[in-house]
Amino acid sequence: MIGQVFQITLLSLRNLPSRLGSSSVIVVGIGGVVGVLVAILAMAKGFEASMSRAGQPDRAIVMRGGSTSELSSGMGPGEMAVVGSWSEVTAASGELYLVADVPKRSNQSLANLAIRGVEQDAFEIRPEISIVEGRSFVTGRTEMIAGRGAVAEFEGVETGSTIELRNSTWTIVGMFEADGSVYESEVWADLATAQSIFRREGGVSSMRVRLASPDAADVLSQRMEDDPRLDLTLTGEDEYFKSQSQQLTTLIETFGYGVAAIMAVGAIFAALNTMYTAVSARTVEIATLRALGFGGMPVVASVVIEALLLALLGGAVGAAVAYFGFNGWTVSTLGGSFSQVAFDFAVTPELLVFGIVWAVGLGLVGGMFPAVRAARLPITTALRGE
Amino acid sequence: MPIVSLKEVAKSYRKGREVIDVLDGIDLDIEEGDFLALMGPSGSGKTTLLNLIGGLDNPTEGSVVVGGQTLGDLSGKGLARWRSRNIGFVFQFYNLLPVLNALRNVELPLLLTNLSGAQRRKNAQTALTIVGLGDRASHKPGELSGGQQQRVAIARAIVADPALLVCDEPTGDLDRETAEEILDLLGILNREHGKTVIMVTHDPKAADHASHILHLDKGQLVEQAA
Repeated sequence: MIGQVFQITLLSLRNLPSRLGSSSVIVVGIGGVVGVLVAILAMAKGFEASMSRAGQPDRAIVMRGGSTSELSSGMGPGEMAVVGSWSEVTAASGELYLVADVPKRSNQSLANLAIRGVEQDAFEIRPEISIVEGRSFVTGRTEMIAGRGAVAEFEGVETGSTIELRNSTWTIVGMFEADGSVYESEVWADLATAQSIFRREGGVSSMRVRLASPDAADVLSQRMEDDPRLDLTLTGEDEYFKSQSQQLTTLIETFGYGVAAIMAVGAIFAALNTMYTAVSARTVEIATLRALGFGGMPVVASVVIEALLLALLGGAVGAAVAYFGFNGWTVSTLGGSFSQVAFDFAVTPELLVFGIVWAVGLGLVGGMFPAVRAARLPITTALRGE
Repeated sequence: MPIVSLKEVAKSYRKGREVIDVLDGIDLDIEEGDFLALMGPSGSGKTTLLNLIGGLDNPTEGSVVVGGQTLGDLSGKGLARWRSRNIGFVFQFYNLLPVLNALRNVELPLLLTNLSGAQRRKNAQTALTIVGLGDRASHKPGELSGGQQQRVAIARAIVADPALLVCDEPTGDLDRETAEEILDLLGILNREHGKTVIMVTHDPKAADHASHILHLDKGQLVEQAA
């Protein structure tokens, strides 16, 4: 049986050059589906990765009770003092989170640039932050440092330039990286200066705290709940960013699967048409083999294998196009806090494998029906070429 | 004991609501070593009868016994295996695989055996030599004349050494001279190699090469001539 499958498949493949045009329809059709699917999912994966990279298990964000993002949160100095005094908190930074309209490099349209006023502890809490160009801001000066993603996406935030915000001129004195995380989409300034310029004296949006251990988060949450002076919630940083990215990630993935599904229907019809044509062109040949004693199953298997091989080729082409065309491509979108988040498309090995699996699935469906027809057609009818 | 024995064989097809009777009440015995020509007008059921004997189709009624095997007892898979061992087919349009050379085409039935690759090729080469095409082994069908292609098809039919050759209009696509060569070849296979040959033909001159001629008309045997 396996020998028959091998022999008939070999014959089919040797026949391929005479059907190059129709066979390429499968390759192109399925390649397109896989390319689009992988590219869109790479966008979701990149966004998710950018958000999740910012979260660490020993870091937490403290916000006003009921707030779902830093933009809608607010805390006073009293609350900051209480949280900062707890022994489980080894470092704390009160942070002011704002957005400002700044033109995008791509089309000059105004988009929300995230501005974060931070205390010096912010750098200790986030050791991944590194100045890669220029220097850090000086306390008390209207200076800012910009993340690499913000520099890539926005006009006027490159090192050495100045930017007008709230009737004040800010100088960008350096650029930082943050391991590719969402922080790279922000510009940072000294907290006190930002509070003054943006008229938020004494108030912050949230606090970033480093915990003595990840388990301390539960202890502190319970303490906040029990303390009547505090209307705060503490959320692990990784959990916070996960919730921030979840909605958009789900939206992108749903869109990706939707587009891929529509394209897949077209690709399946293309594959069906191609394989029906291939089988039809070889009706007499297949019937002759069956007359000589080759079984129906090897015929089915050979047609399916041919479709699968063409689909695999298409999948590989689509995956390659997605990888070389999109992997690492930096784009930005509106994140959970109404600010632009810059991120890179991430065409991961898992996505490539997933795309190939889709291709195989499409090839299987596209090859199965013509294969079964070829095997079930009465030999006497097929020998007449009908 | 006849090599082929048909008892009250009938075959009908359904075309939409209409039932078309192709064969009706066929009783036929064909002795081993016979060279039988089946003649008759178009639609008389010649090819259908040949297909039943070759195990390519099943009768609606009656039994077909070939080489002691009742074909109705075999499953589809079993019938395919039986055909590969017992029947050599020769078709009007040769039915060679265009991507394979003559040797590979002849080798095809042997792929269903346990023979080694070397032995398969040796047997295929021998079959090609028998039909006079030993020097054309590497030629693809497109590089051969019609007569040569039919010789390759005959080599393919005999390579597994079946007892019975069923030939459907084997000279129908050939000129007279080439047709005579093919018919002579079938005669040699019948007389010198002991093959039983059953041949469907429209051509009385082709039928003259047979030792027996059967006439079919409207699905029934109407005459049996020696």
